[in-house]
Amino acid sequence: MAGKLTEDDLAPVAGGGLLHRRLFLQGGLVLATAQTATSLGAEEEAKPRAEDPTDPSWIHRTGLPFSGYGTPSKYEKYVARNIGGNRTPAGDGVSWTPLEDLEGIVTPSGLHFERHHDGVPDIDPAAHRLVIHGLVRQPLEFTVSDLLRYPMRSRFLFIECGGNSNAGWHEEPIQRPVGDFHGLVSCSEWTGVPLSILLDEAGVDAKASWVIAEGADAGLLNVSLPLAKLMDDAIVALYQNGERVRPENGYPIRLIVPGWEGITNVKWLRRLHVTDAPAMTRNETAKYTELQPSGKARMFTFVMDAKSLITSPSPGQKMHGANIYEIRGIAWSGRGKIAKVEVSADGGKSWAEAHLQEPVMAQCFTRFRSPWAWNGQSALLKSRATDETGYVQPERDVLVKERGREGYFHYNAIVCWAVDEDGTISHVYA
Amino acid sequence: MSMLRRAAAAIFVPVVATSAIAADTDVKAPRLGTPLSTGEIAKWDRTIFADGRGLPPGKGAAKDGRVIYEQKCADCHGLRGEGGTAEELVSEPKPPSGDYPSKAIGSYWPFAPTIFDFVRRSMPPAAAGTLTANETYALTAYLLAANGVIGEGDEMNAKTLAAVHMPNRDGFIWIDVKP
Ligand code: HEC
Repeated sequence: MAGKLTEDDLAPVAGGGLLHRRLFLQGGLVLATAQTATSLGAEEEAKPRAEDPTDPSWIHRTGLPFSGYGTPSKYEKYVARNIGGNRTPAGDGVSWTPLEDLEGIVTPSGLHFERHHDGVPDIDPAAHRLVIHGLVRQPLEFTVSDLLRYPMRSRFLFIECGGNSNAGWHEEPIQRPVGDFHGLVSCSEWTGVPLSILLDEAGVDAKASWVIAEGADAGLLNVSLPLAKLMDDAIVALYQNGERVRPENGYPIRLIVPGWEGITNVKWLRRLHVTDAPAMTRNETAKYTELQPSGKARMFTFVMDAKSLITSPSPGQKMHGANIYEIRGIAWSGRGKIAKVEVSADGGKSWAEAHLQEPVMAQCFTRFRSPWAWNGQSALLKSRATDETGYVQPERDVLVKERGREGYFHYNAIVCWAVDEDGTISHVYA
Repeated sequence: MSMLRRAAAAIFVPVVATSAIAADTDVKAPRLGTPLSTGEIAKWDRTIFADGRGLPPGKGAAKDGRVIYEQKCADCHGLRGEGGTAEELVSEPKPPSGDYPSKAIGSYWPFAPTIFDFVRRSMPPAAAGTLTANETYALTAYLLAANGVIGEGDEMNAKTLAAVHMPNRDGFIWIDVKP
């Protein structure tokens, strides 16, 4: 359909030049994209070789040899997790997924965000066990090779740290690339044994209602989880994106609790204690609770509410003058599927519905795209997600009014990027 | 009710009943788990509950705890628990408020056995799980006394620790699951 675009097609459907999402499906638009400063750098790096694109040297020489395990192009070296957190001790902190450098819905395993409380244990799978005990008919122990023989299921699921985006509570908008602000969320295909199968084998007592899950890291991280959720859809994951779970993501086994905050997805899972009450561990009382203005704190806020972000254009990238751009982003909800993402170029005065790229799956990243004719004037970009339960991502002032600014966890407000006339992009509260 | 709360309440379902896995009734699985004896479970079980279930035998008081604290903890948490490279451990023994949003032990932690559990399993980070029960009771007593929750001379053991009433005991509202 290229070339058949009419004046009507290019008529904005919302303020600031947002075009109809159908334009993507027609494939008739040549789109500019905001470029990262670093990706410009990568192109420059290639320049000194002064290769002629019509006849580059690599079309004349045998290429590199085969490799046992492939790695990204050396020109993509800059695409890496940004490591933050404590220096003492080194094991406590985070590394962020560079969301602005990624496309589609799957996060490469090596770029999946990390939150460790005391480093990554170096676990020999032969010496690792999963134990189920407590209110069960028969306490059981499983080896990793036992678990590999059980029926498996796969799901594409996001995992988001409960503390993701918490700079949003700050008085002043933080100026960082989107991944260094919101990148404690990643999305993988997780494959493993439905936990219900293992719990059934142990025979859960009718009096049981909670399960305390413990990891095999230094510090034995532990959290309490409602039994009903674990019976419903939890997975004892052995594989992530087709290969065995990476050490920093829980090798050899990770508990996957779809849609629930990262801390509940216990890495290096070693023990499940079936009980009738939560243990009230440090990570469900002192942490991962949200103090509100009333002085009371929200507790057991397991579900990650709907959220969306524009990953391009975003802070650190630069516009290339007035042109047609593709606004790109991701949306997700712990409650189910994303039903709708709207984008605004005028700070929320008017909204246009974005195109949701298939597949759209429950508790998974959904990629959205929206064509935008930028006229070179300053603009305020926002995205707003609605999930299949009807929950709508709130504006920041609404969230802050409700929760105050001391909650730290579960920040999911609408994010606003200001595009300046000179093409720079910054984070603003608007 | 606020807009946010209303949205959340309307759809409050702790468990989504439509999961593909739950609906998959046909799963045929081998039974490969190895039965564990009570003695074997005792080696694995390190759960300590809020009501004190799981606390081991042993005892300790603040004065002994202070000595261990200064040796093994103060480097990161400050000489008096005021915080350093790691978070503060001492606050006033009163619930947090808008003017006093402290989340340290005295102001925020709802249950005293949690201190024992966390310190025993996780601290100090370079030698997690190496403190004895007596050392952990002593450190817990020291931290509780420093927070003004118990007296300097109070001995902590499985019974007395479970009986400690924390100032912020009622400071929490369960959201995605009901008590
Ligand atoms: C090397 C530095 C270091 C040393 C030494 C250390 N800690 Fe910690 N401590 C930490 C860090 C880092 C955390 C946060 C861990 C996390 O986020 O999971 C922490 C957390 C804690 C907490 C939880 C605080 C809260 O509000 O959630 C307590 C209690 C604690 N430590 C007690 C101790 C005690 C008692 C000792 C001595 C036996 C000790 N720590 C030694 C670094 C240290």
